[in-house]
Amino acid sequence: MTNFNRDHADMLARNIRKDIILAISSKGSGHVGGSLSIADLMAVLYSSVLNIDPTNPAKADRDYVVLSKGHCGPAMYAALAEKGYFPKEALTTLNQNGTILPSHTDRLKTPGVDMTTGSLGQGASLAAGAAFADALNHSNAYTYLILGDGELEEGQVWESLLFVAHRKLTHLITIVDVNGKQLDGTTAEICGLEPLADKFAAMNYHVISVTEGNNTAEIYSAIEAAKAQQDIPTVILLHTVKGAGIRKYEQMGNCHSVSVTQADYYEAVAELDAAAI
Amino acid sequence: MIKVETGEVELRKVFTQTLATLMDTNQDVVYLEADLGGAIGSTALMQSKPEQAFNVGIMEANMVGVACGMSVKGKIPFVHSFGTFSSRRCADQAFLSGCYNHSNVKIIGSDPGITAEANGGTHMPLEDIAIYRAFPEMTVLDVAEPHLLQFVLTDAAGRYGMEYIRFPRKLKQCYYTEDEQFTIGKGKVLREGTDVTIVAAGISVYDALDAAAELEKAQISAEVIDMFTIKPLDEELLLSSAKKTGCIVTVENHNWIGGLGSAVAELCGEKYPVPVRRIGVRDHFGEVGSLAYLKEKFKLTASDIVSAVQECKG
Repeated sequence: MTNFNRDHADMLARNIRKDIILAISSKGSGHVGGSLSIADLMAVLYSSVLNIDPTNPAKADRDYVVLSKGHCGPAMYAALAEKGYFPKEALTTLNQNGTILPSHTDRLKTPGVDMTTGSLGQGASLAAGAAFADALNHSNAYTYLILGDGELEEGQVWESLLFVAHRKLTHLITIVDVNGKQLDGTTAEICGLEPLADKFAAMNYHVISVTEGNNTAEIYSAIEAAKAQQDIPTVILLHTVKGAGIRKYEQMGNCHSVSVTQADYYEAVAELDAAAI
Repeated sequence: MIKVETGEVELRKVFTQTLATLMDTNQDVVYLEADLGGAIGSTALMQSKPEQAFNVGIMEANMVGVACGMSVKGKIPFVHSFGTFSSRRCADQAFLSGCYNHSNVKIIGSDPGITAEANGGTHMPLEDIAIYRAFPEMTVLDVAEPHLLQFVLTDAAGRYGMEYIRFPRKLKQCYYTEDEQFTIGKGKVLREGTDVTIVAAGISVYDALDAAAELEKAQISAEVIDMFTIKPLDEELLLSSAKKTGCIVTVENHNWIGGLGSAVAELCGEKYPVPVRRIGVRDHFGEVGSLAYLKEKFKLTASDIVSAVQECKG
C-alpha cells in the first residue's frame, strides 16, 4: 500500500513550478534557482508523505517541514497554495507590502509554515528541537528538514548534526538540496563540500544519495527508506539541478536570484505544459 | 528599611532548586546546559531528571536553536551558559529562532560582568544587556538576590516569551524577604529619598545601598531603586522619582554603553530631562581579578557612586 502516485506527484511538481514563477514574476525578481530545484521534493512531501490537514494547519501531531534554506519560500508557498492552505491569488502578493508570503518563510505570517527561517543554518537546530520535543513526548510525528548545500558551510549545521546523531532523533529526516551552486558560484569552487556522503556518515548519519534528485519516484523511495531506518537519523542527499524543470534557468550560469518577467512566466507555463504531454 | 544579610545559600543553589520545583510542577519545563553543569551546580539535576534536563555539549548556538524549536512544540526551555556565551555566542539564534520566531526560551547568563572574576576578560559579559535590549520581544533582567531570582525563574516558566536573565553564581547576600512581591516591569524602591535617585541593578544594588547610607551621613537623602527589570523598564517609577529628586545616578555591572544607564538616560532625555550620571564600565574589556579589585579598577564602588551623586547635584 503506497500513498505515492507518480503522475499525481509530477503534475503537482509542474504546478508548483508554475506557481513559483508566477509569484516571482509578480514581484519582478526572486530566488528562482533553489526554489525550482526543490519543486519535486515539495510535490512528493505534500502529495504523498506529510501527515497534515490544510483545513486545520494547527493539527496536533502533524508533521513539520522546516525549510532552513528559507529564501526558497516560493517553493513552499506554491505547495501550500496547491494544497489549499490559502487562496492561490495570494501567490502574486509575494514580497509585496503587507503580504502573508515574505521572502523567507515565517510561521507567524503564512498558514502551513511551522518554523521561521532565513538566517542560514538556524533551521537545522530548530528542526532538531522540534524532533527532540516530539521524542520526549513519545509522538510519532516526523520533522522534515530541508537544507541547501551552500548552507552546509554554516557551522551551526554541524553542531546540530552532532546533537541529532547523539540523541538518535530518527524522526528528523534531513534532506539536502545538493544543486551544487550558491549565490556567488559553485559550492566546489567557493568552499568544497565533498566527500559529502562520507562527512554525514562520519557524523553517524544514515546516508541516502539520490542521484536523480528531481525525480519524484526516487525522492519518494528515499523518504520511505529513511522512515524505515529506526536506529540512527537519516540524511537524504538530493542531487538536483538548480533551476530544474525550466530550461532557461537550468542553463543559466547562476539563477540563484534573477529577474523574471510576465513573458518569462508564460514561456515557463508553455514549456511545463509541453513536458506534461 | 532594607537590610542586607549574608545567607548560606549561593544563587546557583537557588537556581537549581527552583528549576527542580518548576520541573516537578510542569513536565514541559526543560533545561538545556552547554557543558557548565559543574559550574552552575546542575549536574545532580541532570542526573535526577534525564527526561527534562540535558547537557547538549559545548554548542551554544545549537542549544538556543534547539530550545526554540522545542518551545514551538510546547516545551518551556531554560538554557544556561556563562553570560558571554549565552549572549554573544548565540545572539543571532536568540534573535531569529527566538524573538522573530516568537519562541518561548529562558536564556540564563551566569556570572555577568566582573562577577566572572578569575575567569577574566574572555568570560566577562559587559555587553549582554546592550545586545538583548535591542531585540524586540526580549525581556532582560539583571538579578543578584535569591528571593528575586526565585521569583523571576518561576515567573519566566509561566509567562510566554523570550527572556534573558543574568545572575552571579556564587553570591550569597540578600536584601528582600520571603514575602516580597515582584512584578516584571516594576522596579522596587529599596530606600525612599528626596535629593537624588540612585538606580541600580544586579550586584550594583548592594553598592547603591552602601552609597545611600554614606550620603545620609552628609545629609543627602538618596532614593535607591532596584531596576532588575531593565526591559521592560519601569518608566512610571523612574519618572515619578526623577520629578521628586531632580537628578539620577545609575549604577551597573556592564558597559556604560547600552545598558541600564542608557535606558534611563533615553527615558529622561525624552520625557523628563534631569541631570543623569551613569556609572558602569567605561567601554573597557574585563580582566582577571577579585570582585573588590575590579570594582575599584572600573570605578563601580559605593564611593564612586557618592562622588557621582555630588557631581550630579552640582
